[in-house]
Amino acid sequence: MSGAKSGRLSFSLTSTMESVSEVESAAEKLAAEAGLDEDECFHVTMAAREAALNAVLHGNEYDPAKRIAASFENTGSALVITIADQGNGLDPDMLPDPLAPENLLRGCGRGIFLIRSFMDEVHFRQLHPGTELTLVKHLAPAAEKT
Amino acid sequence: MALTIASREVDGVVVLDLSGRITLGEGSVQLRDAIRGLIGKGKKNVLLNMGEVNYIDSSGLGELVSAYTTAKNQQAEVKLLKLTRKVHDLLQLTKLYTVFDIKDDEASAIASFK
Repeated sequence: MSGAKSGRLSFSLTSTMESVSEVESAAEKLAAEAGLDEDECFHVTMAAREAALNAVLHGNEYDPAKRIAASFENTGSALVITIADQGNGLDPDMLPDPLAPENLLRGCGRGIFLIRSFMDEVHFRQLHPGTELTLVKHLAPAAEKT
Repeated sequence: MALTIASREVDGVVVLDLSGRITLGEGSVQLRDAIRGLIGKGKKNVLLNMGEVNYIDSSGLGELVSAYTTAKNQQAEVKLLKLTRKVHDLLQLTKLYTVFDIKDDEASAIASFK
């Protein structure tokens, strides 16, 4: 783990389930400190967890030689979380629709769908090797908060 | 909190009282082993009491689906009882609400297997 850098927390993590838990905890702290309500905190935390799971399982495939890079930032107008792996790359357009009737009984394939459902923006960037996911949750302007 | 599973039998229905998280590494394997163990012993009616399941991830959702299909393939049935709001919302979002028979009351859930 590396330290905070001008409000942006960055982590370099191993390809393990412990790293998934670390990402989950950091996202929960970020969301709570931003004042999000319980449901929004849950959404941000779960999206970050799913992104980290994806990176560890499908990206790096638990390879101890590969790292997960994660960052967490409150820009004032949004929470921005990035999760990057060093795997073979992910083409989001090739993912099957988990809501299609023929896919409903599949045992996997819901992670990216949940991330997209819970965040306001999700961006994919190919790193060659690897994939970086950027998750964005917009924050309501202070004046609009009740 | 990791998943704990307590098993009891009521009128021919095996009720698994689940408590904690169903996630990869924290419960999905226990749930899979429990379901496969019951189906392997010839149990046909399984009710998963989800009242104390406070968190489930995509892997846990997949495990519920696997439980459903494993049972169905052996002419058995898995139903869900007492979803917490978060789990309920996730099942709705993923349309799995349309797959499972979900009950709020244990007595009527037990009766529904007959």
